[in-house]
Amino acid sequence: MFDEIRDLYQEVVFDHNRNPRNFRVMEDATRKIDGFNPLCGDRITLYVKVNNNVIEDVSFQGSGCAISTASASLMTEIVRGHTEEETHGLFELFHKIVTGEDGRTNFEELGKLAVLAGVRAYPARVKCATLAWHSLEAALKEDAETVSTE
Amino acid sequence: MTLSLDVAKIRQDFPILGETIHGRPLVYLDNAASTQKPKAVLDSLRHVYEHDYANVHRGVHTLSQRATDLFEGARKKVKDFINARKIEEIIFVRGTTEAVNLVAQSYGRSTLQPGDEILITAMEHHSNIVPWQILCQQTGAVMKVAPINLSGEIIMEEFEALLTERTKLVSVVHMSNALGTINPVKRIIEMAHAKGVPVMLDGAQAIPHMAVDVQDLDCDFYAFSGHKLCGPSGIGVLYGKEAILKAMPPWQGGGDMIRMVTFAKTEYNTLPYKFEAGTPAIAETIGLGAAVDYLQAIGMGNIAAYEQQLLDYATQKALEILSLKIIGTASDKGAILGFTLHHIHPHDIGTMLDQLGIAVRAGHHCAMPVMDFFGVPATARASFSFYNTFEEVDTLIDGIKQIIEVFG
Repeated sequence: MFDEIRDLYQEVVFDHNRNPRNFRVMEDATRKIDGFNPLCGDRITLYVKVNNNVIEDVSFQGSGCAISTASASLMTEIVRGHTEEETHGLFELFHKIVTGEDGRTNFEELGKLAVLAGVRAYPARVKCATLAWHSLEAALKEDAETVSTE
Repeated sequence: MTLSLDVAKIRQDFPILGETIHGRPLVYLDNAASTQKPKAVLDSLRHVYEHDYANVHRGVHTLSQRATDLFEGARKKVKDFINARKIEEIIFVRGTTEAVNLVAQSYGRSTLQPGDEILITAMEHHSNIVPWQILCQQTGAVMKVAPINLSGEIIMEEFEALLTERTKLVSVVHMSNALGTINPVKRIIEMAHAKGVPVMLDGAQAIPHMAVDVQDLDCDFYAFSGHKLCGPSGIGVLYGKEAILKAMPPWQGGGDMIRMVTFAKTEYNTLPYKFEAGTPAIAETIGLGAAVDYLQAIGMGNIAAYEQQLLDYATQKALEILSLKIIGTASDKGAILGFTLHHIHPHDIGTMLDQLGIAVRAGHHCAMPVMDFFGVPATARASFSFYNTFEEVDTLIDGIKQIIEVFG
């Protein structure tokens, strides 16, 4: 029945939604930020530990839809060990992929994140996929304000 | 089951109901957000532009007169529809939101003093909260909020206790957009009037689902939108009792609301034009008149009875799904089914139902305090209209079951 929508809801997405990785409070975080999507009420609290310009650990708490939860979970796995500049590059790439901005169909360099490429066919859900990433960008800029995708 | 409406025939009046979405017949269950338009309304818009269009209240030429007659004819239709005493009591605005803002900025700003109170309820739409917050900032008045219970009903004892000599205005939703609750507005109005407090009703959701008689209710203001009433968007109505409207200062300045202008002084026009600055939504207003005609031909009583059957059926079917929780279980309720599914976010429900051709709303429904009260970030909401069928309810329920299966 839901054949077409399997591009959006891949098994990896269901998996990360059911069992989100790094879904915890981080006591020794160097940065913490709240993200909010007013359209659907998704909320995320993102914890980041940065040491010498390198992201040592990322975790999150909050509630959201399957797309936003899976995206946050995947992000925490992928950015760990990267420098802030590399992470910013990943954010920009990810953003282009989910908005369909660059029109590419090969997502090799995105690795696991590629499962979220299907979001491009659902413009209303792009904000769900990017909430965690916008929050991370803001955290790295040490922007203390709550991040909103609006 | 006896049906009070010939729904198959009614559906023929709505061209959009023949659409397919993702290869499936459209099941439109987002009527609380906006309703679809019957041919009668679409034809009236087209006819105005093709045969009768010019600006209103201005020209001596034929078309201007025709457009003015149709425009004012729509005002008469709306007056009869809600049983207002006079056509002067029907103010055309953009929608319910603008009507609330008009009352806040004209009535509220000219009468409220620091410490005065405006009483609303915990189930209000943002558009019946924020205009009062702005007014409070401007005047030093205070907004009080009457609490609701877990069924989504106003706790009337608490409401009464909050009604004091400091209360200067009550503004309450007639039917909740998030919960479906139909409030005991007559009782609320009686209680408020006993203390000399005027009452505004937000009728955006109530007006498409039941007969509304403003004289019987005795409300001081009643606001609604055309687009939820099978009419065009961009047109709505503020009803106000003549005596109150007369005493209120104008809200916006411009054309149509004046009688005479010099650079020293402006003499304002009489009601209802005093509150209708600028060229109005001419065709949309005429379209709203056509929508009112269309609904009255079906009969608001018939619509209410049929929709109640639809809601009862949908509620009964929904309750059979174990992981489904209905948000909004008031004993007096309109055709809105708000729900959550255990472990599945409403946004995912909305996207997946859309794949099956079913349009529902997922989100906070511009009622974030209501979501906070029920401890949910959002709900999925199926809202019904008289053109929906029992088969469509079955399609919805079947879709929900499939989603639960896919999510595992």
